[in-house]
Amino acid sequence: MIAFLTYKGILVLIIFTITLAVAAYSTYAERKVAAFLQDRIGPDRAGPFGLLQPLADGAKFFFKEEIIPNVSNKTLFILGPSIAMLTALMTGVVVPWGNELVIGGNTYLLQIADLDVGILYVFGVVSIGVYGIMIGGWASNNKFSLLGAIRASAQMISYEIAMGLAIIALILMTGTLSLREMSLQQMGGVGAHWNFWNVVYQPLGFLIFLVCAFAECNRTPFDLPECETELVGGYHTEYSSMKLGLYLFAEYINMFISSAVISTLYFGGFNFPFMNDLGLSANWITVIGTAFFFAKITFFIFFFMWIRWTIPRFRYDQLMNLGWRGMIPLAIFNIVLSGLISLFVHR
Amino acid sequence: MLTDRAKVVVKKEMNFWERIYLPAILGGTLITIKHLFKRKTTIKFPEVKREISAVWRGQHVLKRDEHGAERCTACGLCAVACPAEAITMTAAERKKGEENLYREEKYAAVYEINMLRCIFCGLCEEACPKEAIFLTDRIESTDYSRQAFIFGKDKLVEPVDKRIDVTKRQTSEVLEFKKNKQLSHNR
Repeated sequence: MIAFLTYKGILVLIIFTITLAVAAYSTYAERKVAAFLQDRIGPDRAGPFGLLQPLADGAKFFFKEEIIPNVSNKTLFILGPSIAMLTALMTGVVVPWGNELVIGGNTYLLQIADLDVGILYVFGVVSIGVYGIMIGGWASNNKFSLLGAIRASAQMISYEIAMGLAIIALILMTGTLSLREMSLQQMGGVGAHWNFWNVVYQPLGFLIFLVCAFAECNRTPFDLPECETELVGGYHTEYSSMKLGLYLFAEYINMFISSAVISTLYFGGFNFPFMNDLGLSANWITVIGTAFFFAKITFFIFFFMWIRWTIPRFRYDQLMNLGWRGMIPLAIFNIVLSGLISLFVHR
Repeated sequence: MLTDRAKVVVKKEMNFWERIYLPAILGGTLITIKHLFKRKTTIKFPEVKREISAVWRGQHVLKRDEHGAERCTACGLCAVACPAEAITMTAAERKKGEENLYREEKYAAVYEINMLRCIFCGLCEEACPKEAIFLTDRIESTDYSRQAFIFGKDKLVEPVDKRIDVTKRQTSEVLEFKKNKQLSHNR
């Protein structure tokens, strides 16, 4: 029991650290990618290539003056960013970061909890994440914050539906809700015992999921909740110091987790091409698989940023139109299509 | 119609591919990814300086003559010519024994240019009858206070042993213009 708890504790600690580090360096990557896509260089003063920039930003956030408006509801004002951060960190629990390692006869799973309802857990936690933004925006007692919060909640609820429907088609196909099971089913890829990743069977579902993931993370083109040009800063207008930092951090963690979930569901998770041809021991395959998984995540984080600097923000009515009249019917069509195919083709 | 550049706007219905945005977004991503590999236009300023034109109008210099005496005689023509009213000066009379310091009997005891007011038009240089003030190709340094931008003689007068080259600004057109200036000392 003690051994089990230590191993899980260490795993939690490692994943917690990695998540924070990735989120911190996503801020750096965001600025670098933005700069490079605009023919600039980006931050390069703090350390070599500006690599210490996230540390400098973090230190700046801690030393900034902390302002809590007198008219705000103080408890909720503090609760908002806490919930946002907490829920962002909680989703990482069910993501299968790798297959299993066998050390000294003991099997160590590179996943904190292999829940039977893994994907539902992700959805549940993500939907609590809306409260962080809503409470923060409402407690600020500021019209811009409130508008941002209303937009955020409306947007996230709308796109959660389409997201859930896109997943249903995948669940029909795989017959499981566990993220580890889904990863194992995609074992292989190109090479011996070849196998396609889910994206080949579910291209439409993947597309819907991807678009909804953008909306869920409040990333451009769906970043209406913060929308600098209209709403000052949206839901975090009144926030300063590390509370603002927590909100921004939570956004980057969400992006990281979304990328992880997308990779797991549609891009084979910790599987990589030719994994059965290398003739390596299972442990090595697991280690390389984890590296591949992080490579996939990095690509998707880059993709998030790439899209951000490619397309402008949607108008609010366009956002709702796309969500309710575009994505949801399309997702339902996808379910019907998947159902028919699995009924007649019997994959 | 004055030109033939007018375009008739056709407000046609978008077709299916245009309506689902995706081909357009894909095209956009291809454009942005190309920029990822393009040459960057950033110049890392303090280390790398931008190449500037030879006739660049930058920070002023008050010239000395070949013996090291200040050319400025505090006539005030530059201050009058200055459209931004950036130049102020106080004249003083040269004492005996200061002939090696000041060229004429009168000189500027105080000569100040407010660099925040200055628009670097070069009219002071044009107005100067003594060829004393010139704009140079040096870039003005930055500072933290407004007071520091009022440049006095300590910053404007060129050091005797470190003359500042202004010949680059003296193109043939400029020299021709100066020759024809209807001023008594040029005749």
